Amino acid sequence: MSDTSKKTPQTEPRFSATFDPGTMSEIRRAAATGIYDIRGAGAKRKLPHFDDLLFLGASVSRYPLEGYREKCGTDVVLGTRYAKKPIHLKTPVTIAGMSFGALSGPAKEALGRGASAVGTSTTTGDGGMTPEERGQSSILVYQYLPSRYGMNPDDLRKADAIEVVIGQGAKPGGGGMLLGQKISDRVAKMRCLPKGVDQRSACRHPDWTGPDDLEIKIAELREITDWEKPIYVKVGATRPYFDVTLAVKAGADVVVLDGMQGGTAATQEVFIEHVGIPILAAIRPAVQALQDMGMHRKVQLIVSGGIRNGADVAKALALGADAVAIGTAALIALGDNDPHLEEEYQKLGTTAGAYDDWHEGKDPAGITTQDPELMKRLDPVKAGRRLANYLSVLTMEAQVIARACGKSHLHNLEPEDLVALTIESAAMAKVPLAGTTWIPGTSSF
Amino acid sequence: MESLKFDLENTELRTVNQYLHRPAAELSGKNVVISNPNGAHNIAVGLNAEVNVTIDGHAGYYAAGMNQLATVTVTGSASTGVAENMMSGVVHVKGFASNAAGATAQGGLLIIDGDAGLRCGISLKGADIVVGGSVGSFSAFMAQAGNLVVLGDAGEALGDSLYEARLFVRGNVKSLGADCEEKEMDQESRNILVDLLAKSGHAEVDPDSFKLFGSARTLYNFHVDNAGAY
Ligand SMILES: Cc1cc2nc3c(=O)[nH]c(=O)nc-3n(C[C@H](O)[C@H](O)[C@H](O)COP(=O)(O)O)c2cc1C
Repeated sequence: MSDTSKKTPQTEPRFSATFDPGTMSEIRRAAATGIYDIRGAGAKRKLPHFDDLLFLGASVSRYPLEGYREKCGTDVVLGTRYAKKPIHLKTPVTIAGMSFGALSGPAKEALGRGASAVGTSTTTGDGGMTPEERGQSSILVYQYLPSRYGMNPDDLRKADAIEVVIGQGAKPGGGGMLLGQKISDRVAKMRCLPKGVDQRSACRHPDWTGPDDLEIKIAELREITDWEKPIYVKVGATRPYFDVTLAVKAGADVVVLDGMQGGTAATQEVFIEHVGIPILAAIRPAVQALQDMGMHRKVQLIVSGGIRNGADVAKALALGADAVAIGTAALIALGDNDPHLEEEYQKLGTTAGAYDDWHEGKDPAGITTQDPELMKRLDPVKAGRRLANYLSVLTMEAQVIARACGKSHLHNLEPEDLVALTIESAAMAKVPLAGTTWIPGTSSF
Repeated sequence: MESLKFDLENTELRTVNQYLHRPAAELSGKNVVISNPNGAHNIAVGLNAEVNVTIDGHAGYYAAGMNQLATVTVTGSASTGVAENMMSGVVHVKGFASNAAGATAQGGLLIIDGDAGLRCGISLKGADIVVGGSVGSFSAFMAQAGNLVVLGDAGEALGDSLYEARLFVRGNVKSLGADCEEKEMDQESRNILVDLLAKSGHAEVDPDSFKLFGSARTLYNFHVDNAGAY
């Protein structure tokens, strides 16, 4: 009996790097359903990010601050340009806009509790302001979005600041999306939609188009609120130099810049992974735009998209931002994707840490859902406490780094404190490749 | 009744709007006339009192934006976004209105005696709009609730991606947008139309000369066979 397979050596089965198993599973899914994949969270592929930067710390040439005795300030004032009542935050870490609808009432309440405990702000989202959120947020930013779902002048007046949303890092150029299963009676009422329909929300504002119109729109919002409240303009990171320039010219007090890693409640996978640029690449051009107009630190810059720890905060500030915003990390602090729910994630065909079908409304953690039973699982007081703890850690970690760099305030961190680990990140962040003086695109090696 | 006059030729808009934001009790029943508006933007925005405001001339963008309770009359024409996001009250434009008139308005009545431009009633969320003339293309785009009455014609893509708003048109409709279709005029709709015609000074117009358009509701939940309509 001859067994040829034993005689002829076989090549190991080889997967294609181009058609990897994930790619093939997506092709099969698309072929079976005829619809693109929709999911929550931000870009999942590896991108140049803050991890590619390092702080130099103090040395012989610079001396550090004493960790527990010497002060390192963390406060920030937003909206100093025009607003009669600028916003004072104790920490430069804010909670990004996440809609009621995408998130449950208890989740919004928990965000408010956590943020208020540490003296920072929360932000509403597509779908309007809820009493839970206003009640629990000592500083609340009201988003003004293309869909204008739940947009109410009474809420505008109740807000501490107004954020005109032009885009979001996960989907610059895209509108909101909330699928029928999450349009509960309450959400439907707030958005003035029939229950259970897919909300198709607009990607452009209904009553203005270009930057000249934006200027008039900002003036309208100021007139309505008697010039009291700071007006932010939020853009997804794409052409940050020009977008920041135009936002400032249109009269923004604060610019919010959200990179492609930024989370979303529900967007097409192809949009999340392929449109926009990483926040690392966006901060320097944005700061350059502010500096070129003499507006750096006069119009404040808030950046977001994949901020996870105090090092990320410190790096964003060192590159010139005034504050950061967090979305995904805040949800994780509340309890999203927690391993203790593994069994339930398995039932949904996923695993703790990878769950991103936030649009389906079945979140076992009770955060991205409108199901009354699931919602009950999130205790807003306890979850708020976890968020407050986490925000304190972010702040303290950023202080540790700032002190090590000899800075008495987080805002004294500067690009000169940083080096890059990769050529890409050196070029994007415009700091030298570690061990060299080389900043690709700026200086020659 | 005695009216209070502001002349925008020599008064800052800020002063006028700040006055109009006084407590409702103080403003209630007052008549305010704003002369020489000369196309200034954001006149009489964010009102929240039963005050009568007359803008004597042409208004710029967002006149009477986000109106609550007030009655605002523009004797001339109004630019983009008149009465945008109105919640209640009445806004009356005696001339014509530019683009996005009554955009996202949630309540109250917007009356335009002349024509309205593109995207009239875009994203309408419950208010009533009566246009004496014609409306431009893309009117009532994604309109969610409320009523749009057009005595003249409608441009291209009327009611594209419509939700539950009712669209009454007396003249020709150049084309309907995705998911917008003609409906049978039921009694409830006819009553709404008769009432709005009466309230907007068109009581003599025959309600039976209008056609009713509404949502076919085929886009309410995504289906791959409708992909071309999105
Ligand atoms: C569940 C969820 C809902 C969101 N909803 C909104 C929204 O309504 N409006 C908006 O401007 N951004 C929205 N975002 C984006 C956030 O405001 C923010 O830009 C992003 O989360 C920041 O990136 P990060 O998640 O990596 O921290 C949402 C994000 C998430 C995760």
